[in-house]
Amino acid sequence: MSGYLESVLVLLAINTILAYAAFLPMVAGQLNLGVAAFVAIGAYSGGYLSQTFGMHPVAAALAAMLVSAVIGWLVAFPILRTRGIYLALATFALNQVVQGAILNMNVVGGASGYPVPAHIGFGVVAAFAVAVVVLVVLLFHTRFGISVTAVRDDESAADLMGLSVRGLQSAAFTAGAALAGVAGALYAHHFNYIEAQNYGALFSIYIVLYVLLGGTQTVFGPLLGAAVFTLLPEMLRGSAAWRYVIFACLIIAIMALRPQGVVTGQLLRRLLR
Amino acid sequence: MKVLEIQSLHKSFGGLKVIDDLSFSVERGERLALIGPNGAGKTTVFNLITGVYPVDSGKVLLEGGEITAVPSRYRIRRGLARTFQNIRLMQHLTVLENAMITQYARQPGVTAMLQPVGFGRANRWREEARAALAQAGLAAYAGEPAGALPYGIQKRIELVRALLAGPRVLLLDEPAAGLNPAETEALHQALESIATRGMTLVVVEHDMEFVGRLCKRVVVLNFGVKIAEGSVDEIRADPRVREAYLGTDDCGTEAHAA
Repeated sequence: MSGYLESVLVLLAINTILAYAAFLPMVAGQLNLGVAAFVAIGAYSGGYLSQTFGMHPVAAALAAMLVSAVIGWLVAFPILRTRGIYLALATFALNQVVQGAILNMNVVGGASGYPVPAHIGFGVVAAFAVAVVVLVVLLFHTRFGISVTAVRDDESAADLMGLSVRGLQSAAFTAGAALAGVAGALYAHHFNYIEAQNYGALFSIYIVLYVLLGGTQTVFGPLLGAAVFTLLPEMLRGSAAWRYVIFACLIIAIMALRPQGVVTGQLLRRLLR
Repeated sequence: MKVLEIQSLHKSFGGLKVIDDLSFSVERGERLALIGPNGAGKTTVFNLITGVYPVDSGKVLLEGGEITAVPSRYRIRRGLARTFQNIRLMQHLTVLENAMITQYARQPGVTAMLQPVGFGRANRWREEARAALAQAGLAAYAGEPAGALPYGIQKRIELVRALLAGPRVLLLDEPAAGLNPAETEALHQALESIATRGMTLVVVEHDMEFVGRLCKRVVVLNFGVKIAEGSVDEIRADPRVREAYLGTDDCGTEAHAA
């Protein structure tokens, strides 16, 4: 496999995990614009663990997932007191805070970036992505899938139906943070260099776009969204300087034609019939 | 045995007394109607019983145990389910999934939450919900998104959803509102058969013919105060009830004079 193809596939795998990191809170009704903050937390904590303590990079990635999940769970308490656009702004602010904090932490290189020597190869990254897809699909075939959507649609009715609204919301937020964290750690160990500048709110918006473009109604939407966002710019590489213009126009066209996302429940039912 | 008991309930919103010293009780297997003019506080009573709002003072007892301070989401587990005046089905779930939401109340916990319910044909919970929908004549809609269906169908789905919580007391908020005569008749049949199996029903309803056929006893509210209680015939003859609905004779004459 050529180096170019491999790095595109690694990005596809990582972007798939990221799409689910944004998808999980979104199905609970949370527009999380702080996904990149958890990617950064995962990347830096994973890199720090493997470099400073000589942890095996895969173990470091799993530990980074845990670190990110714990931080996500803790910040979920204040953040989930907000709703709708305010929640989006609160997570956006979280993103700025985390990015700013890392830029000022000299122990991980501050603004000059952080080299991570330990390496995780394509196979492991791909295996993680497959595992994430399978786990999320399984998760949405449990009662959790029904319940979390119920909470998004009508919080107070869901509460009266016996569901723990707070519990489900923070579970979705925390699970999203965990996935973002592991994706960050995998990125850090595959590309061996990370810098906080890359983990801004714009990156979060990109990740959210994967999901919105693919569709939030089914578990397969994020998968398609991540694939389109990763592969389309590469396929347009031939048109050099114009490729992002064409890419943006295509995205606008898809959004205009399918505002509900490309993959919907209705579409799946029609295909499976 | 009293299955649901309300003891001198008070509730104000700001300076407005919405419920004022309200007491009533419901026997096991009884069908009680709660009626009153618009704004009398009927839905508020349901909201206080189910814990949507905290009470200002007074007590709510379910099967002898006080539930006044029990969080709203735990009350359905104790056997208290309800439907809503304005239908509240989950738009992004199918009819079947909507019906399955309340099953959680019968088997709560993290393990139950992570139990697969979507795979295979033989899943117990899924089949149970399917059977309940079929029994209500809704089998054909099981896979449809709930939000797009006609009003009458949605009302029936809400009833199935409430029943799948396995309640012992069912609070129905205007179940017959907006239904055509055939649908109202079907609803009556369904509630009769539920009630004969021992369910206790508390019904808020404006359709007095429906109330008369279904319920033996009626509590009449006006401005948050209980103004009458008794059989349908008794409350029909009660001058205070007539006054609440139709106004006093004085008002009538003045209106004519003007």
